Amino acid sequence: MKQNKTQLTPEEKKLFGDLMPEDLEEVIHSGFNRRHFVKLMGLATAGLLASHLIGAEQLFARSLDLEEIPDLIPEAIENGVTVNFKVNSSLSKVTVDSRMTLLDTLRERIGLTGSKKGCDHGQCGACTVIVDGNRVLSCLTLAASCEGKSVITIEGLAKENELNPMQSAFLKHDGFQCGFCTPGQICSAVALMKEAKEGQASFITKDIREHRQGIMLSEEEISERMSGNICRCGAYPNIVAAIKEAQSGKSIEQSWLFAG
Amino acid sequence: MTPFKFSIADNPTAAIAALTKNDHAAFLGGGTNLLDLMKEHVTNPTEIVDLGKLAFKEIKNTSSGISLGALAKNTDTANHPTIRKDYPLLSKAILAGASAQIRNMATNGGNLLQRTRCSYFYDIAMPCNKRQPGSGCAAIDGFNRMHAVFGWSDKCVAVYPSDMAVALSALNASVKVMAQNSTERTIAIHDFHLLPNDHPEKDNSLKHGELITSIEIPKNNFAEHSAYIKVRDRNSYAFALVSVAVGLEMNGNVIKAANISMGGVAHKPWRATNAEQALVGKAAVLANFEKAAEAEMRLARPLSHNKFKIEMGKNTLINALEAAYKG
Repeated sequence: MKQNKTQLTPEEKKLFGDLMPEDLEEVIHSGFNRRHFVKLMGLATAGLLASHLIGAEQLFARSLDLEEIPDLIPEAIENGVTVNFKVNSSLSKVTVDSRMTLLDTLRERIGLTGSKKGCDHGQCGACTVIVDGNRVLSCLTLAASCEGKSVITIEGLAKENELNPMQSAFLKHDGFQCGFCTPGQICSAVALMKEAKEGQASFITKDIREHRQGIMLSEEEISERMSGNICRCGAYPNIVAAIKEAQSGKSIEQSWLFAG
Repeated sequence: MTPFKFSIADNPTAAIAALTKNDHAAFLGGGTNLLDLMKEHVTNPTEIVDLGKLAFKEIKNTSSGISLGALAKNTDTANHPTIRKDYPLLSKAILAGASAQIRNMATNGGNLLQRTRCSYFYDIAMPCNKRQPGSGCAAIDGFNRMHAVFGWSDKCVAVYPSDMAVALSALNASVKVMAQNSTERTIAIHDFHLLPNDHPEKDNSLKHGELITSIEIPKNNFAEHSAYIKVRDRNSYAFALVSVAVGLEMNGNVIKAANISMGGVAHKPWRATNAEQALVGKAAVLANFEKAAEAEMRLARPLSHNKFKIEMGKNTLINALEAAYKG
Protein backbone atom coordinates (compact mmCIF):
# COMPACT_ATOMS: atom_id res chain seq x y z
CA MET A 1 0.00 0.00 0.00
CA LYS A 2 1.34 3.43 -0.94
CA GLN A 3 2.16 5.54 2.09
CA ASN A 4 0.65 8.97 1.97
CA LYS A 5 3.23 11.23 3.66
CA THR A 6 1.27 14.45 3.44
CA GLN A 7 1.69 17.12 6.10
CA LEU A 8 -1.23 17.98 8.29
CA THR A 9 -3.28 20.90 7.05
CA PRO A 10 -3.76 23.85 9.43
CA GLU A 11 -7.34 22.67 10.01
CA GLU A 12 -6.21 19.16 10.86
CA LYS A 13 -3.58 20.62 13.20
CA LYS A 14 -6.26 22.62 14.93
CA LEU A 15 -8.50 19.57 15.30
CA PHE A 16 -5.58 17.59 16.63
CA GLY A 17 -4.63 20.37 19.01
CA ASP A 18 -8.20 20.55 20.31
CA LEU A 19 -8.40 16.86 20.96
CA MET A 20 -4.85 15.83 21.86
CA PRO A 21 -2.91 18.99 22.72
CA GLU A 22 -0.23 17.08 24.62
CA ASP A 23 0.80 15.14 21.50
CA LEU A 24 0.59 17.92 18.95
CA GLU A 25 4.20 19.13 19.12
CA GLU A 26 5.62 15.64 18.82
CA VAL A 27 3.47 14.85 15.81
CA ILE A 28 4.38 18.06 14.03
CA HIS A 29 8.11 17.49 14.57
CA SER A 30 8.26 13.80 13.75
CA GLY A 31 6.05 14.29 10.70
CA PHE A 32 3.61 11.44 11.11
CA ASN A 33 1.80 10.50 7.98
CA ARG A 34 -1.89 11.02 7.64
CA ARG A 35 -2.76 7.38 8.21
CA HIS A 36 -1.00 7.46 11.55
CA PHE A 37 -2.70 10.73 12.31
CA VAL A 38 -6.07 9.13 11.67
CA LYS A 39 -5.19 6.30 14.03
CA LEU A 40 -4.15 8.71 16.75
CA MET A 41 -7.34 10.61 16.26
CA GLY A 42 -9.16 7.35 16.74
CA LEU A 43 -7.51 7.14 20.13
CA ALA A 44 -9.03 10.48 20.93
CA THR A 45 -12.37 8.68 20.33
CA ALA A 46 -13.35 11.11 17.64
CA GLY A 47 -10.80 12.18 15.11
CA LEU A 48 -11.57 12.35 11.45
CA LEU A 49 -14.57 10.16 12.09
CA ALA A 50 -16.08 13.24 13.54
CA SER A 51 -14.61 15.61 11.00
CA HIS A 52 -17.71 15.58 8.84
CA LEU A 53 -19.84 16.02 11.88
CA ILE A 54 -18.13 19.27 12.75
CA GLY A 55 -18.58 20.50 9.22
CA ALA A 56 -16.31 19.03 6.60
CA GLU A 57 -16.43 22.22 4.63
CA GLN A 58 -14.84 24.10 7.54
CA LEU A 59 -12.26 21.45 8.25
CA PHE A 60 -11.08 21.02 4.71
CA ALA A 61 -11.97 24.51 3.54
CA ARG A 62 -13.97 23.26 0.60
CA SER A 63 -15.92 25.70 -1.50
CA LEU A 64 -19.63 25.09 -1.72
CA ASP A 65 -21.28 24.85 -5.12
CA LEU A 66 -25.00 25.15 -5.48
CA GLU A 67 -26.36 22.07 -7.15
CA GLU A 68 -29.73 22.78 -8.74
CA ILE A 69 -31.55 19.51 -9.24
CA PRO A 70 -33.48 19.44 -12.55
CA ASP A 71 -37.20 19.86 -12.02
CA LEU A 72 -39.65 17.11 -12.81
CA ILE A 73 -42.56 17.89 -15.10
CA PRO A 74 -45.22 19.80 -13.14
CA GLU A 75 -47.69 16.88 -13.43
CA ALA A 76 -45.27 14.72 -11.44
CA ILE A 77 -45.45 16.89 -8.33
CA GLU A 78 -48.40 17.70 -6.10
CA ASN A 79 -48.09 20.29 -3.33
CA GLY A 80 -44.53 21.13 -4.41
CA VAL A 81 -42.08 22.32 -1.78
CA THR A 82 -38.69 23.82 -2.67
CA VAL A 83 -36.00 22.74 -0.26
CA ASN A 84 -32.51 24.21 0.11
CA PHE A 85 -30.21 21.94 2.07
CA LYS A 86 -26.66 20.73 2.21
CA VAL A 87 -25.84 17.24 1.02
CA ASN A 88 -22.27 16.03 1.64
CA SER A 89 -21.08 19.62 1.87
CA SER A 90 -22.57 20.87 -1.36
CA LEU A 91 -25.68 23.01 -1.42
CA SER A 92 -28.67 21.44 -3.09
CA LYS A 93 -31.89 23.04 -4.21
CA VAL A 94 -34.67 20.69 -5.15
CA THR A 95 -38.43 20.95 -5.61
CA VAL A 96 -40.22 17.91 -4.25
CA ASP A 97 -43.73 16.59 -3.81
CA SER A 98 -44.62 17.22 -0.14
CA ARG A 99 -44.90 13.44 0.29
CA MET A 100 -41.34 12.71 -0.78
CA THR A 101 -39.08 11.31 1.90
CA LEU A 102 -35.47 12.35 2.31
CA LEU A 103 -34.48 8.82 1.25
CA ASP A 104 -36.35 8.99 -2.06
CA THR A 105 -35.05 12.50 -2.68
CA LEU A 106 -31.44 11.40 -2.17
CA ARG A 107 -31.82 8.31 -4.32
CA GLU A 108 -34.14 9.44 -7.08
CA ARG A 109 -33.59 13.16 -7.41
CA ILE A 110 -30.00 13.71 -6.31
CA GLY A 111 -28.68 10.39 -7.62
CA LEU A 112 -27.07 9.27 -4.36
CA THR A 113 -28.10 5.63 -4.29
CA GLY A 114 -25.80 4.64 -1.42
CA SER A 115 -28.52 5.04 1.19
CA LYS A 116 -30.70 1.97 0.86
CA LYS A 117 -34.44 1.43 1.02
CA GLY A 118 -34.83 -1.71 3.10
CA CYS A 119 -38.21 -1.69 4.79
CA ASP A 120 -39.28 1.93 4.21
CA HIS A 121 -41.00 1.83 7.62
CA GLY A 122 -38.24 2.64 10.10
CA GLN A 123 -37.64 -0.96 11.09
CA CYS A 124 -34.26 -1.80 9.53
CA GLY A 125 -31.82 1.16 9.52
CA ALA A 126 -30.61 0.64 5.92
CA CYS A 127 -31.55 4.25 5.11
CA THR A 128 -29.59 5.78 8.03
CA VAL A 129 -27.97 9.13 7.19
CA ILE A 130 -26.48 11.86 9.37
CA VAL A 131 -28.56 15.05 9.59
CA ASP A 132 -27.08 18.03 11.45
CA GLY A 133 -24.62 15.65 13.12
CA ASN A 134 -27.15 13.05 14.28
CA ARG A 135 -27.96 9.69 12.70
CA VAL A 136 -31.59 9.52 11.59
CA LEU A 137 -33.79 7.39 9.36
CA SER A 138 -34.21 9.07 5.99
CA CYS A 139 -37.26 6.90 5.15
CA LEU A 140 -39.24 8.55 7.96
CA THR A 141 -38.00 12.06 7.24
CA LEU A 142 -39.96 14.29 4.88
CA ALA A 143 -37.61 16.07 2.48
CA ALA A 144 -39.80 19.15 2.94
CA SER A 145 -38.76 19.27 6.60
CA CYS A 146 -35.03 19.44 5.72
CA GLU A 147 -34.87 23.14 4.79
CA GLY A 148 -31.51 24.54 5.89
CA LYS A 149 -30.24 21.23 7.22
CA SER A 150 -26.99 19.43 6.51
CA VAL A 151 -27.13 15.81 5.36
CA ILE A 152 -24.17 13.42 5.23
CA THR A 153 -24.67 10.15 3.35
CA ILE A 154 -22.33 7.21 2.84
CA GLU A 155 -21.05 8.95 -0.31
CA GLY A 156 -19.82 11.85 1.81
CA LEU A 157 -17.67 9.91 4.27
CA ALA A 158 -14.56 9.26 2.19
CA LYS A 159 -12.18 12.15 1.58
CA GLU A 160 -11.40 12.00 -2.11
CA ASN A 161 -9.55 8.67 -2.48
CA GLU A 162 -8.98 8.22 1.24
CA LEU A 163 -11.62 6.00 2.82
CA ASN A 164 -13.10 7.05 6.11
CA PRO A 165 -11.43 4.96 8.86
CA MET A 166 -14.79 3.35 9.61
CA GLN A 167 -15.10 2.24 5.99
CA SER A 168 -11.57 0.81 6.12
CA ALA A 169 -12.37 -1.01 9.35
CA PHE A 170 -15.51 -2.55 7.82
CA LEU A 171 -13.43 -3.75 4.86
CA LYS A 172 -10.69 -5.14 7.05
CA HIS A 173 -13.11 -7.02 9.29
CA ASP A 174 -15.47 -8.12 6.53
CA GLY A 175 -18.34 -6.35 8.29
CA PHE A 176 -20.84 -7.36 5.62
CA GLN A 177 -21.92 -10.13 3.35
CA CYS A 178 -24.42 -8.96 0.77
CA GLY A 179 -23.56 -5.34 1.53
CA PHE A 180 -27.10 -3.98 1.34
CA CYS A 181 -27.30 -2.75 4.93
CA THR A 182 -23.66 -1.59 5.00
CA PRO A 183 -24.09 2.10 4.08
CA GLY A 184 -26.61 2.46 6.91
CA GLN A 185 -24.38 0.49 9.28
CA ILE A 186 -21.39 2.71 8.52
CA CYS A 187 -23.31 5.99 8.82
CA SER A 188 -24.68 4.74 12.13
CA ALA A 189 -21.22 3.70 13.33
CA VAL A 190 -19.67 7.05 12.40
CA ALA A 191 -22.33 8.97 14.31
CA LEU A 192 -21.90 6.52 17.19
CA MET A 193 -18.32 7.77 17.63
CA LYS A 194 -19.65 11.25 18.33
CA GLU A 195 -22.26 9.90 20.75
CA ALA A 196 -19.59 8.00 22.68
CA LYS A 197 -17.38 11.07 22.78
CA GLU A 198 -20.24 13.11 24.25
CA GLY A 199 -20.84 10.38 26.81
CA GLN A 200 -24.36 9.54 25.68
CA ALA A 201 -25.87 6.61 27.57
CA SER A 202 -27.57 3.51 26.21
CA PHE A 203 -30.15 1.21 27.83
CA ILE A 204 -27.39 -1.08 29.12
CA THR A 205 -25.06 1.66 30.41
CA LYS A 206 -24.17 1.01 34.04
CA ASP A 207 -24.31 3.94 36.46
CA ILE A 208 -26.54 5.95 34.18
CA ARG A 209 -26.58 8.70 36.82
CA GLU A 210 -22.89 9.40 36.27
CA HIS A 211 -22.11 11.33 33.12
CA ARG A 212 -18.67 10.56 31.68
CA GLN A 213 -17.39 11.89 28.38
CA GLY A 214 -15.27 9.97 25.90
CA ILE A 215 -16.41 6.48 26.81
CA MET A 216 -14.74 3.45 25.26
CA LEU A 217 -17.49 1.13 24.15
CA SER A 218 -17.60 -2.54 25.11
CA GLU A 219 -18.87 -5.11 22.60
CA GLU A 220 -22.19 -5.23 24.44
CA GLU A 221 -22.52 -1.46 24.27
CA ILE A 222 -21.72 -1.43 20.54
CA SER A 223 -24.32 -4.15 19.92
CA GLU A 224 -27.02 -2.29 21.83
CA ARG A 225 -26.22 1.06 20.22
CA MET A 226 -26.16 -0.47 16.73
CA SER A 227 -29.42 -2.39 17.24
CA GLY A 228 -31.27 0.03 14.97
CA ASN A 229 -29.36 -1.43 12.00
CA ILE A 230 -30.51 -4.90 11.05
CA CYS A 231 -28.18 -7.19 9.05
CA ARG A 232 -30.00 -10.20 7.66
CA CYS A 233 -26.73 -11.90 6.72
CA GLY A 234 -25.77 -11.83 10.39
CA ALA A 235 -22.44 -10.07 9.96
CA TYR A 236 -22.80 -8.64 13.46
CA PRO A 237 -19.61 -10.02 15.08
CA ASN A 238 -17.47 -8.48 12.31
CA ILE A 239 -19.41 -5.22 12.39
CA VAL A 240 -18.79 -4.98 16.14
CA ALA A 241 -15.07 -5.76 15.65
CA ALA A 242 -14.79 -3.07 12.97
CA ILE A 243 -16.41 -0.44 15.17
CA LYS A 244 -14.26 -1.45 18.12
CA GLU A 245 -11.10 -1.06 16.06
CA ALA A 246 -12.18 2.27 14.60
CA GLN A 247 -12.98 3.61 18.04
CA SER A 248 -9.96 2.33 19.95
CA GLY A 249 -7.41 2.79 17.18
CA LYS A 250 -6.02 -0.55 18.35
CA SER A 251 -5.83 -3.44 15.96
CA ILE A 252 -8.57 -5.95 16.73
CA GLU A 253 -7.88 -9.52 15.68
CA GLN A 254 -9.68 -10.53 12.52
CA SER A 255 -12.10 -13.36 12.97
CA TRP A 256 -11.66 -14.54 9.38
CA LEU A 257 -8.95 -15.26 6.81
CA PHE A 258 -8.99 -15.67 3.04
CA ALA A 259 -8.99 -19.32 2.05
CA GLY A 260 -5.83 -20.81 0.45
CA MET B 1 -49.28 8.60 1.21
CA THR B 2 -52.22 10.62 0.00
CA PRO B 3 -51.39 14.19 -1.11
CA PHE B 4 -51.16 16.83 1.60
CA LYS B 5 -50.42 20.51 1.91
CA PHE B 6 -47.18 21.14 3.81
CA SER B 7 -46.26 24.16 5.89
CA ILE B 8 -43.75 25.01 8.59
CA ALA B 9 -45.33 26.86 11.51
CA ASP B 10 -43.56 30.03 12.66
CA ASN B 11 -45.34 30.19 16.01
CA PRO B 12 -47.70 28.05 18.12
CA THR B 13 -50.72 30.27 17.43
CA ALA B 14 -50.38 29.71 13.68
CA ALA B 15 -49.89 25.97 14.16
CA ILE B 16 -52.99 25.66 16.35
CA ALA B 17 -55.04 27.83 13.97
CA ALA B 18 -54.14 25.61 11.02
CA LEU B 19 -55.46 22.52 12.80
CA THR B 20 -58.52 24.30 14.14
CA LYS B 21 -59.45 25.24 10.57
CA ASN B 22 -58.99 21.71 9.20
CA ASP B 23 -60.22 18.54 10.93
CA HIS B 24 -57.89 16.51 8.71
CA ALA B 25 -54.70 18.44 9.45
CA ALA B 26 -51.93 16.98 11.63
CA PHE B 27 -48.90 18.27 13.50
CA LEU B 28 -45.50 16.87 12.51
CA GLY B 29 -42.91 16.45 15.26
CA GLY B 30 -40.25 13.84 14.55
CA GLY B 31 -42.58 12.00 12.16
CA THR B 32 -41.32 8.55 13.19
CA ASN B 33 -44.85 7.25 13.79
CA LEU B 34 -46.93 9.66 11.69
CA LEU B 35 -45.07 9.00 8.43
CA ASP B 36 -45.30 5.27 8.93
CA LEU B 37 -49.06 5.51 9.54
CA MET B 38 -49.46 7.69 6.44
CA LYS B 39 -47.52 5.23 4.27
CA GLU B 40 -49.86 2.47 5.46
CA HIS B 41 -52.89 4.73 4.86
CA VAL B 42 -53.98 4.22 8.45
CA THR B 43 -54.16 7.99 8.71
CA ASN B 44 -54.51 10.32 5.74
CA PRO B 45 -54.10 13.96 6.73
CA THR B 46 -54.75 16.52 3.99
CA GLU B 47 -52.43 19.01 5.65
CA ILE B 48 -49.19 18.69 7.64
CA VAL B 49 -47.97 21.43 9.93
CA ASP B 50 -44.26 21.01 10.76
CA LEU B 51 -43.50 22.10 14.34
CA GLY B 52 -39.72 22.01 13.90
CA LYS B 53 -39.27 25.78 14.13
CA LEU B 54 -41.23 26.28 17.36
CA ALA B 55 -39.61 26.78 20.76
CA PHE B 56 -40.66 24.20 23.41
CA LYS B 57 -37.28 22.43 23.05
CA GLU B 58 -35.90 23.38 26.45
CA ILE B 59 -35.41 21.09 29.42
CA LYS B 60 -35.30 23.19 32.55
CA ASN B 61 -35.46 22.94 36.31
CA THR B 62 -38.57 24.42 37.88
CA SER B 63 -39.42 25.17 41.51
CA SER B 64 -41.45 21.96 41.68
CA GLY B 65 -39.29 19.64 39.57
CA ILE B 66 -38.31 19.59 35.92
CA SER B 67 -39.99 20.65 32.70
CA LEU B 68 -39.41 18.81 29.43
CA GLY B 69 -40.07 20.76 26.25
CA ALA B 70 -42.57 18.92 24.07
CA LEU B 71 -40.33 19.35 21.03
CA ALA B 72 -37.08 18.32 22.74
CA LYS B 73 -35.77 15.13 21.19
CA ASN B 74 -35.93 11.86 23.12
CA THR B 75 -32.12 11.51 22.89
CA ASP B 76 -31.49 14.94 24.41
CA THR B 77 -34.03 14.27 27.14
CA ALA B 78 -32.59 10.88 28.11
CA ASN B 79 -29.06 12.33 28.18
CA HIS B 80 -29.79 15.59 29.96
CA PRO B 81 -27.47 15.63 33.01
CA THR B 82 -30.28 16.50 35.45
CA ILE B 83 -32.57 13.80 34.06
CA ARG B 84 -29.80 11.21 34.28
CA LYS B 85 -28.93 12.20 37.83
CA ASP B 86 -32.33 12.92 39.42
CA TYR B 87 -34.79 11.08 37.14
CA PRO B 88 -32.79 8.05 35.93
CA LEU B 89 -36.00 6.06 35.55
CA LEU B 90 -37.02 8.36 32.70
CA SER B 91 -33.60 8.05 31.00
CA LYS B 92 -33.75 4.27 31.23
CA ALA B 93 -37.27 4.08 29.84
CA ILE B 94 -36.53 6.37 26.89
CA LEU B 95 -33.35 4.44 26.07
CA ALA B 96 -35.28 1.16 26.18
CA GLY B 97 -37.41 2.30 23.28
CA ALA B 98 -36.81 2.20 19.53
CA SER B 99 -33.26 2.81 18.24
CA ALA B 100 -30.69 5.61 18.44
CA GLN B 101 -31.79 6.87 15.02
CA ILE B 102 -35.46 7.03 16.02
CA ARG B 103 -34.70 8.61 19.41
CA ASN B 104 -32.69 11.30 17.61
CA MET B 105 -35.81 12.19 15.61
CA ALA B 106 -38.65 11.58 18.06
CA THR B 107 -39.97 14.44 20.18
CA ASN B 108 -41.28 14.10 23.73
CA GLY B 109 -44.78 15.25 22.79
CA GLY B 110 -44.83 12.96 19.76
CA ASN B 111 -43.73 10.03 21.89
CA LEU B 112 -46.84 10.47 24.07
CA LEU B 113 -49.04 10.60 20.96
CA GLN B 114 -47.69 7.51 19.19
CA ARG B 115 -50.37 5.02 18.30
CA THR B 116 -50.72 1.32 18.98
CA ARG B 117 -48.71 -1.15 16.88
CA CYS B 118 -51.63 -3.66 16.89
CA SER B 119 -51.26 -5.36 13.50
CA TYR B 120 -55.01 -5.22 12.88
CA PHE B 121 -54.99 -1.45 13.43
CA TYR B 122 -52.16 -1.20 10.88
CA ASP B 123 -53.80 -3.44 8.28
CA ILE B 124 -56.50 -1.37 6.58
CA ALA B 125 -58.10 -4.51 5.13
CA MET B 126 -59.05 -5.54 8.67
CA PRO B 127 -61.88 -4.32 10.87
CA CYS B 128 -60.61 -2.08 13.68
CA ASN B 129 -62.71 0.12 15.94
CA LYS B 130 -59.74 2.33 16.66
CA ARG B 131 -59.12 3.08 12.99
CA GLN B 132 -62.75 2.94 11.85
CA PRO B 133 -65.24 3.20 14.72
CA GLY B 134 -67.98 0.59 14.50
CA SER B 135 -66.14 -1.78 12.16
CA GLY B 136 -65.32 -4.28 14.92
CA CYS B 137 -62.16 -5.64 16.56
CA ALA B 138 -60.26 -8.32 14.66
CA ALA B 139 -57.78 -8.88 17.49
CA ILE B 140 -60.19 -10.17 20.14
CA ASP B 141 -60.57 -13.49 18.34
CA GLY B 142 -57.43 -13.11 16.23
CA PHE B 143 -53.71 -13.29 16.96
CA ASN B 144 -53.57 -11.39 20.22
CA ARG B 145 -50.30 -12.50 21.77
CA MET B 146 -49.03 -8.90 22.01
CA HIS B 147 -52.29 -7.48 23.34
CA ALA B 148 -53.79 -6.27 26.61
CA VAL B 149 -54.45 -8.18 29.82
CA PHE B 150 -55.79 -5.17 31.76
CA GLY B 151 -58.49 -2.60 31.05
CA TRP B 152 -59.54 -3.81 27.60
CA SER B 153 -63.11 -3.70 26.32
CA ASP B 154 -65.00 -5.76 23.75
CA LYS B 155 -64.34 -2.88 21.36
CA CYS B 156 -60.52 -2.92 21.55
CA VAL B 157 -57.73 -5.01 23.09
CA ALA B 158 -54.76 -3.01 21.75
CA VAL B 159 -51.82 -1.96 23.92
CA TYR B 160 -50.14 1.40 24.10
CA PRO B 161 -46.52 1.20 22.88
CA SER B 162 -44.49 3.98 24.56
CA ASP B 163 -41.78 3.18 27.11
CA MET B 164 -41.23 6.81 28.03
CA ALA B 165 -44.86 7.21 29.09
CA VAL B 166 -44.61 4.24 31.46
CA ALA B 167 -41.86 6.04 33.37
CA LEU B 168 -43.80 9.33 33.25
CA SER B 169 -46.79 7.51 34.73
CA ALA B 170 -44.68 6.15 37.61
CA LEU B 171 -43.25 9.65 38.12
CA ASN B 172 -46.71 11.34 38.32
CA ALA B 173 -45.95 13.65 35.41
CA SER B 174 -48.42 16.06 33.87
CA VAL B 175 -48.87 17.28 30.31
CA LYS B 176 -49.21 20.98 29.49
CA VAL B 177 -51.20 21.79 26.38
CA MET B 178 -52.06 24.96 24.52
CA ALA B 179 -55.29 25.59 22.62
CA GLN B 180 -56.77 28.47 20.64
CA ASN B 181 -56.23 32.02 21.97
CA SER B 182 -53.13 30.70 23.79
CA THR B 183 -55.30 29.17 26.54
CA GLU B 184 -53.41 26.51 28.43
CA ARG B 185 -54.44 23.52 30.49
CA THR B 186 -52.56 20.84 32.37
CA ILE B 187 -53.57 17.18 32.20
CA ALA B 188 -52.29 14.61 34.72
CA ILE B 189 -50.54 11.78 32.87
CA HIS B 190 -53.05 9.32 34.37
CA ASP B 191 -55.89 11.24 32.72
CA PHE B 192 -54.00 11.87 29.50
CA HIS B 193 -54.16 8.39 27.99
CA LEU B 194 -57.55 6.66 28.00
CA LEU B 195 -58.80 3.10 28.32
CA PRO B 196 -60.70 1.97 25.21
CA ASN B 197 -64.20 1.50 26.74
CA ASP B 198 -66.66 2.31 23.93
CA HIS B 199 -64.38 4.78 22.14
CA PRO B 200 -61.02 3.18 21.28
CA GLU B 201 -60.61 5.75 18.48
CA LYS B 202 -59.70 8.19 21.24
CA ASP B 203 -56.19 7.33 22.45
CA ASN B 204 -56.00 10.34 24.75
CA SER B 205 -57.88 13.33 26.09
CA LEU B 206 -56.25 15.83 23.74
CA LYS B 207 -58.71 17.76 21.58
CA HIS B 208 -57.99 18.27 17.87
CA GLY B 209 -55.82 21.36 17.51
CA GLU B 210 -54.42 21.29 21.03
CA LEU B 211 -50.64 21.41 21.10
CA ILE B 212 -48.51 19.78 23.80
CA THR B 213 -46.01 22.39 24.99
CA SER B 214 -44.26 20.60 27.86
CA ILE B 215 -44.24 17.65 30.22
CA GLU B 216 -43.80 18.49 33.91
CA ILE B 217 -42.30 16.04 36.38
CA PRO B 218 -42.49 16.78 40.11
CA LYS B 219 -39.43 16.26 42.33
CA ASN B 220 -39.18 12.79 43.84
CA ASN B 221 -36.98 10.69 46.09
CA PHE B 222 -36.67 7.72 43.74
CA ALA B 223 -33.33 8.45 42.09
CA GLU B 224 -31.40 5.98 44.29
CA HIS B 225 -33.94 3.20 43.86
CA SER B 226 -35.49 3.04 40.43
CA ALA B 227 -35.56 0.50 37.61
CA TYR B 228 -37.05 -0.02 34.19
CA ILE B 229 -37.22 -3.62 33.03
CA LYS B 230 -38.49 -4.44 29.56
CA VAL B 231 -39.21 -7.95 28.32
CA ARG B 232 -39.45 -8.41 24.56
CA ASP B 233 -39.03 -10.94 21.78
CA ARG B 234 -35.51 -9.75 21.06
CA ASN B 235 -33.00 -7.92 23.19
CA SER B 236 -33.30 -4.50 21.64
CA TYR B 237 -35.29 -2.46 19.08
CA ALA B 238 -38.60 -4.21 19.79
CA PHE B 239 -41.81 -3.32 21.60
CA ALA B 240 -42.49 -4.62 25.09
CA LEU B 241 -44.38 -7.79 25.83
CA VAL B 242 -44.31 -6.54 29.41
CA SER B 243 -42.36 -3.68 30.91
CA VAL B 244 -42.23 -2.37 34.47
CA ALA B 245 -41.11 1.02 35.81
CA VAL B 246 -40.43 1.17 39.55
CA GLY B 247 -39.47 4.01 41.86
CA LEU B 248 -38.96 3.20 45.53
CA GLU B 249 -38.36 5.53 48.43
CA MET B 250 -36.59 3.64 51.19
CA ASN B 251 -36.28 4.13 54.91
CA GLY B 252 -33.50 1.70 55.67
CA ASN B 253 -34.94 -1.65 54.63
CA VAL B 254 -38.55 -0.45 54.78
CA ILE B 255 -40.42 0.81 51.71
CA LYS B 256 -41.70 4.30 52.44
CA ALA B 257 -43.26 4.84 49.01
CA ALA B 258 -43.54 2.76 45.85
CA ASN B 259 -44.59 3.98 42.42
CA ILE B 260 -45.06 1.23 39.85
CA SER B 261 -46.32 1.41 36.27
CA MET B 262 -46.52 -1.29 33.61
CA GLY B 263 -46.20 -1.17 29.83
CA GLY B 264 -47.33 -3.64 27.17
CA VAL B 265 -50.34 -4.75 29.21
CA ALA B 266 -53.04 -2.12 28.60
CA HIS B 267 -54.36 0.67 26.38
CA LYS B 268 -52.38 3.12 28.53
CA PRO B 269 -49.49 2.92 31.02
CA TRP B 270 -50.96 0.69 33.74
CA ARG B 271 -50.39 2.07 37.21
CA ALA B 272 -49.99 -0.98 39.47
CA THR B 273 -51.81 0.49 42.47
CA ASN B 274 -52.53 -2.90 44.07
CA ALA B 275 -48.84 -3.79 44.03
CA GLU B 276 -47.97 -0.35 45.41
CA GLN B 277 -50.42 -0.69 48.32
CA ALA B 278 -49.05 -4.13 49.14
CA LEU B 279 -45.54 -2.70 49.53
CA VAL B 280 -45.87 0.54 51.51
CA GLY B 281 -44.54 0.12 55.05
CA LYS B 282 -43.21 -3.36 54.26
CA ALA B 283 -39.65 -4.65 54.28
CA ALA B 284 -37.93 -4.88 50.88
CA VAL B 285 -37.68 -8.67 50.79
CA LEU B 286 -38.48 -11.16 48.05
CA ALA B 287 -41.57 -12.54 49.82
CA ASN B 288 -43.16 -9.08 49.88
CA PHE B 289 -42.22 -8.44 46.24
CA GLU B 290 -43.91 -11.73 45.32
CA LYS B 291 -47.05 -10.80 47.26
CA ALA B 292 -47.22 -7.40 45.58
CA ALA B 293 -46.78 -8.89 42.09
CA GLU B 294 -49.48 -11.45 42.87
CA ALA B 295 -51.84 -8.72 44.13
CA GLU B 296 -51.51 -6.85 40.83
CA MET B 297 -51.60 -9.71 38.34
CA ARG B 298 -54.54 -11.43 40.08
CA LEU B 299 -56.83 -8.94 38.33
CA ALA B 300 -55.49 -9.60 34.83
CA ARG B 301 -57.93 -10.85 32.15
CA PRO B 302 -55.88 -12.61 29.47
CA LEU B 303 -56.99 -13.19 25.88
CA SER B 304 -56.68 -16.43 23.91
CA HIS B 305 -52.97 -16.00 23.06
CA ASN B 306 -51.48 -13.99 25.90
CA LYS B 307 -52.00 -15.96 29.12
CA PHE B 308 -48.20 -16.04 29.41
CA LYS B 309 -48.27 -12.34 30.22
CA ILE B 310 -49.65 -13.07 33.70
CA GLU B 311 -46.63 -15.11 34.77
CA MET B 312 -44.34 -12.81 32.82
CA GLY B 313 -45.93 -9.79 34.48
CA LYS B 314 -45.37 -11.23 37.94
CA ASN B 315 -41.76 -12.11 37.25
CA THR B 316 -41.04 -8.75 35.64
CA LEU B 317 -42.61 -6.93 38.60
CA ILE B 318 -40.46 -8.93 41.02
CA ASN B 319 -37.29 -8.39 38.94
CA ALA B 320 -37.96 -4.67 38.67
CA LEU B 321 -38.61 -4.34 42.42
CA GLU B 322 -35.38 -6.20 43.20
CA ALA B 323 -33.42 -4.09 40.72
CA ALA B 324 -34.89 -0.86 42.11
CA TYR B 325 -34.11 -1.86 45.69
CA LYS B 326 -30.51 -2.66 44.77
CA GLY B 327 -30.35 0.74 43.00
